[in-house]
Amino acid sequence: MAANTDSRTAELRRLIRKAKRWDALFGVLGILSLLAALFTGMAIDGVPRLTGDFFTSFPSRRAANAGILSAWVGSILVMLVTAFFAVPVGIYGGIYLEEYARKNWITTVIEINISNLAGVPSIVYGLLALGLFVYTFGLGQSILSAGLTLALLILPIVIVTTREALRAIPRHVREGAYACGASQWQVVHDHLIPYGMPGILTGVIIGMARAIGETAPIITIGALTFIAFLPPVPGMGEPAAGLFDWLFSPFTVMPIQIFNWTSRPDPAFHQNAAAASFVLVFMTLGMNALAIWLRFRMRKSINW
Amino acid sequence: MTSATITLPTPPLPLKAEARGLDFYYGDFKALKRVTMPVYEHKVTALIGPSGCGKSTFLRCFNRMHDLYPGNRYDGTIQLLPDAVNVLDKSVDPIEVRMRISMVFQKPNPFPKSIFENVAYGLRVRGESSRSYLEDKVEAALKGGAIWDEVRDRLDEVATNLSGGQQQRLCIARALATDPEILLFDEPTSALDPIATGSIEELIHQLKGKVSMLIVTHNMQQAARVSDFVGYMYLGEMVEFGDTKDIFMKPKRKETEDYITGRFG
Repeated sequence: MAANTDSRTAELRRLIRKAKRWDALFGVLGILSLLAALFTGMAIDGVPRLTGDFFTSFPSRRAANAGILSAWVGSILVMLVTAFFAVPVGIYGGIYLEEYARKNWITTVIEINISNLAGVPSIVYGLLALGLFVYTFGLGQSILSAGLTLALLILPIVIVTTREALRAIPRHVREGAYACGASQWQVVHDHLIPYGMPGILTGVIIGMARAIGETAPIITIGALTFIAFLPPVPGMGEPAAGLFDWLFSPFTVMPIQIFNWTSRPDPAFHQNAAAASFVLVFMTLGMNALAIWLRFRMRKSINW
Repeated sequence: MTSATITLPTPPLPLKAEARGLDFYYGDFKALKRVTMPVYEHKVTALIGPSGCGKSTFLRCFNRMHDLYPGNRYDGTIQLLPDAVNVLDKSVDPIEVRMRISMVFQKPNPFPKSIFENVAYGLRVRGESSRSYLEDKVEAALKGGAIWDEVRDRLDEVATNLSGGQQQRLCIARALATDPEILLFDEPTSALDPIATGSIEELIHQLKGKVSMLIVTHNMQQAARVSDFVGYMYLGEMVEFGDTKDIFMKPKRKETEDYITGRFG
C-alpha cells in the first residue's frame, strides 16, 4: 500500500516537473530571441566603431571619419520639443477626459478617436505635419516641426496612460478626499496627480522612447540626411543667435542617419549604421529602464 | 407598505438634522422612498436593515456623496440645524456640506501620504497653513481618534503602512480634525477584525456627547451596543425608528421584530 502511494507521488512529481519545463522554456525563449534579434549582429558589426570620435564627429564621405554628432544632438533637441508639447497637453487632456468631461456621446467619440489615433501609421502623421506645420504654419523643415510632429504622434499614448493611471486610483480614496471637503481641483492636484504620477511618467517615457526611434514622419517633413553643423546655440556665433533660433534650424536625427548609412553601397558605412543603431537601441532601452525604475521607486510609497 | 412607525423620545431632545420625505434615485431606480428620520444632537443613531435596503444610500445623502456620480437625484429635504439649511438643495454647495459633515468609510481609506498630512488634509483644504495650528489640531484629532499614543513618534510615516484598525482610527481622526457637526460612519468595522472592531466601538462611545453620529451597520449587536436610536430600513423605506432599547426589546412593527430576531435578513 505504502509503496503504491510512493510510486504515485513520484509519478505526480514527474508530471509536475514536466509541466513546469514549459514555463522555463517560455521564459528562456523570450529572452534569447529578444537579445538575439536586437543585439548580436548589431553589436558584432558596430561595437568596434564606438569610439569617442564617433560621438563627436559630423557625418563624412569617408566612413572611418564619419560620426553621429549632428544626429544625437538633433535627436535630443527634437525630443525636448516633443516633450515640451506632448507632456503638458497629454496629461492635461488625460485629466480632463477622465475627471472633468461629462460622459456623453461627444466624449465617447473623442475617446474612441484617441484610442484609434494611437494605432495610426506614423507616416500619416508625417503627411499631416508636412501640410500643417511645414507649409500652412510655415515652420519649415525645422526642429520645431519635427518636435511638433512627434508630439502629435505620442499624444494619444500619453493621454491613454494618464487616464489609466488615474483610473487605477481606488474609488474609496477619491471619495475620502471629497468627503474632507476638497474641491475637484484640490482632489486632482493633491491626490490624483501625485498618486497617478508613476503611471503617468511611465506613459510619457514610453511615448518618448517610441518617438526617438521614429523615422517615417521625420523623413516626410524633410529632415536632412547630411548635416555638418549643429543648431545655433543661443547667444553664440556671429551675429549672436537668438534664444529660439535653434528651433528653426535644419537637423537630422539618429534613425535618419542610420537609414542614410545603410542605403550606401560601401560596407564600411554599414558598420557605422550598426554602431549608430546600437547607440539608438541603448537610448530607447535606457528610457524604458528609467520608466521601470521610476515606477518601482514611486510605487513603493503608494499602496492602497 | 404603511408609513414609517416613528417613536420620538419624550421629553424631546435637541435635533441636529432631520430628513423629511426623502426620495433618492439612481437614474431611474428609486432607492429611497419617503424617508423621514431625526438625528439628535450628540447622540448615536444607527441605521440597520438587510443588504440593499438603502441604508448606505441614505447615509451618503447627508454629505451629498451621490453628487460625485452622474444620474443621481434627490427629492425631499435633509435639514441641518440650527440654521435649518436643506443640505440637498441645489443652491447649497456640496463642498460646504462636506465641510460641516464628515464621513468615515467602510474600507479604511487613508491617503498614501504621511500620518500628519492625512489628518491635516481637511484643515488644509480650509486654507489653514500655520504649522503650529495644524500641529495642535492634528494632535487633538489623533487623541480624539484614540490613536495618538501609537503614532506620536512617527507622524511622518506613510499612513498606508498602519494596520487596518489603526488606519480606520486614523480616518476617524481625519474626520474629527475639522470639528464636524455630524460624523457619518458607513459600516466602519465591516473590514476589521474583532479586536479592531472593539476599539472602534469604544471610540464611538467616547465621542458620544461631543459629536452627533450616524452609523450604518450590518451588525445588529453593534447597533445595540453603540447607538441611542435605531432606524430599521427595508427596500428603501424607513420601517421603524425609535430608542435603541425599545427597538430591540419591544419593536412595534412585525417586520422589525422579524429582522432583529433573525427570522429574516
